[in-house]
Amino acid sequence: MSTVASPARPASSGMSARTLNRIVIYGLLALFAIFYLMPLFVMLVTSFKTMDEIQNGNMLALPQSPTIEPWFKAWGETCVGLTCAGIKGYFWNSIKMVVPAVLISTLLGALNGYVLTKWRFRGHTLVFAMMLFACFIPFQSVLLPMATILGSIGRFGVTLQNATGFNFGLGNSTVNLVFVHVVYGLGFTTLFFRNYYEAFPTELIKAAQVDGASFFQIFRRIMLPNSMPIFVVTVIYQFTNIWNDFLFASAYAGTGDVMPMTVALNNVVNTSTGVVEYNVNMAAAMIAALPTLIVYVVAGRYFVRGLMAGAVKG
Amino acid sequence: MSTVAETRIKLTPEHDARPGASVRSRLQDLLPKIVLAPSFAATIVFVYGFILWTIYLSFTNSKTFPSYDITGARAYQRLWRWTFESDPPSSWYTSITNMGIFGFLYIGICLALGLFLAILLDQKIRGEGVLRPIYLYPMALSFIVTGVAWKWFLDPGLGLEQTLHQWGWTSFHFDWIKNKDFVIYTVVIAGVWQASGFIMAMFLAGLRGIDGEIMKAAQIDGASTFQLYRRIVIPLLRPVFLSAFIVLAHLAIKSYDLVVALTSGGPGGSAWLPSNFMYEFTFKRNEMAVGSASAVIMLMTLTAIIVPYLYSELREKPR
Repeated sequence: MSTVASPARPASSGMSARTLNRIVIYGLLALFAIFYLMPLFVMLVTSFKTMDEIQNGNMLALPQSPTIEPWFKAWGETCVGLTCAGIKGYFWNSIKMVVPAVLISTLLGALNGYVLTKWRFRGHTLVFAMMLFACFIPFQSVLLPMATILGSIGRFGVTLQNATGFNFGLGNSTVNLVFVHVVYGLGFTTLFFRNYYEAFPTELIKAAQVDGASFFQIFRRIMLPNSMPIFVVTVIYQFTNIWNDFLFASAYAGTGDVMPMTVALNNVVNTSTGVVEYNVNMAAAMIAALPTLIVYVVAGRYFVRGLMAGAVKG
Repeated sequence: MSTVAETRIKLTPEHDARPGASVRSRLQDLLPKIVLAPSFAATIVFVYGFILWTIYLSFTNSKTFPSYDITGARAYQRLWRWTFESDPPSSWYTSITNMGIFGFLYIGICLALGLFLAILLDQKIRGEGVLRPIYLYPMALSFIVTGVAWKWFLDPGLGLEQTLHQWGWTSFHFDWIKNKDFVIYTVVIAGVWQASGFIMAMFLAGLRGIDGEIMKAAQIDGASTFQLYRRIVIPLLRPVFLSAFIVLAHLAIKSYDLVVALTSGGPGGSAWLPSNFMYEFTFKRNEMAVGSASAVIMLMTLTAIIVPYLYSELREKPR
């Protein structure tokens, strides 16, 4: 810590000491940058190497004869458990789960935040506190009851299917996961919108009420048009969390072709039949990481803001 | 709480002259609660109700399927006995010991490294805009991807060890990931890699929020840079320390995926955390009651940390 340069120190104390300080600081920062980049770098170069090169070459070396073959193989051919049709199906499973779950939980969060700040009632703090606490519980404490309930719903769906020819989505793994992620994401989305709307001028809403605007009119015409930043933050936060979830996915959609991406990736990597194709594994991992990485690169500012909002309450 | 009355809005006149209007305005009055009700009900049922259900199950002798006859605290008695079964270690002993090691190192290193990097980055660094996202991007990855990447990197036959051997350092030996006594430390490494950048961002935001005048005054008084940080800056960052601690503590207790992806549980389950214990006993070993009891213990630990925090956060908010 003593290497930190003090800008107030007179220049006469020696330009060289100051320069040395700067070199040490930049050196340390560069070293840590390497630490953070290394695994991604290794993953990326490995995914473009041939198996021959992986077995005989250096982990850190750039691919000598770069090949995109492992990516195609991971996408369309690699074995997940016993089926060998690549990870593409599981990728779409995740998309089908993430999109509705994010949209529903975000919209509900916006409405909840609106009510909890602009239409307060006795006990609103308690209601909010109870929803907020739900963000922090270890999901192990609800995992088993939810499995039981989803099982019952699934059996009911089968009965319904037999009786009417439709199961109305009951028992469908994707629907189950959407439901689970909406329920356990509500705390965070409500928190984001509540904190955002807290700072929103109440006078505007009062004025609109005097003019006869209804609850939903105010929400649609006044709140929503002014909520763009927090919508982006919430959507990114939810997208990242739900895409990356593994616990719920493995508990409620852990086998067969209904698995989301994270579970499928774990299966690909831990499939021990035959020769382990590391390049294909790494390509699969990259594919699983790409959606959230792209979001991070495109909208990193909002990503960080979301994390902060989730961390620093109030 | 005291601000409730002021911010509460109810301007719609309830005693409207037109017939039928009072019904409508009453509905308008109820509407906010109706809108909030489904979410709140879902929280009550699927969070609090399910927690009670799990607690209930932990007092039964449920095995493969839930049984609803209360049979007493047998599951807890077994966990309690296992807590002291260190030779050979019971799975529960391993899990909670690992939790202690992992929690302590993960939180400690993330805080120290995060603060250190934030202070370095706060020295008017050129290229901060490039470095910050590099430190932070792991937070966007799933634990599964992180686990896969580090599993490869730490594998003795493929990763770091092999690379250094090729570079001529043939005596280098690093097989923690296959060693039952050290495997938990590889989870710490990968965990720190993932979260420390975010903690850095929290500290950086805190540092940027400190009044520059205070710093200047201290420097004029002749404080060295080290003293400046130790005596003034770090004490001012107390709230950030608290928030960062809460984030890390709850991430640590929830950690499950990373152990699975990085170590597959480690040799003989030696990398298990309580979350892995819960999952394995509930879904694989047909010991539902024991699994539920371990989930209850996890929940109580987290509650002891979170509830005081939430209470203070929500209470002292005079708006």
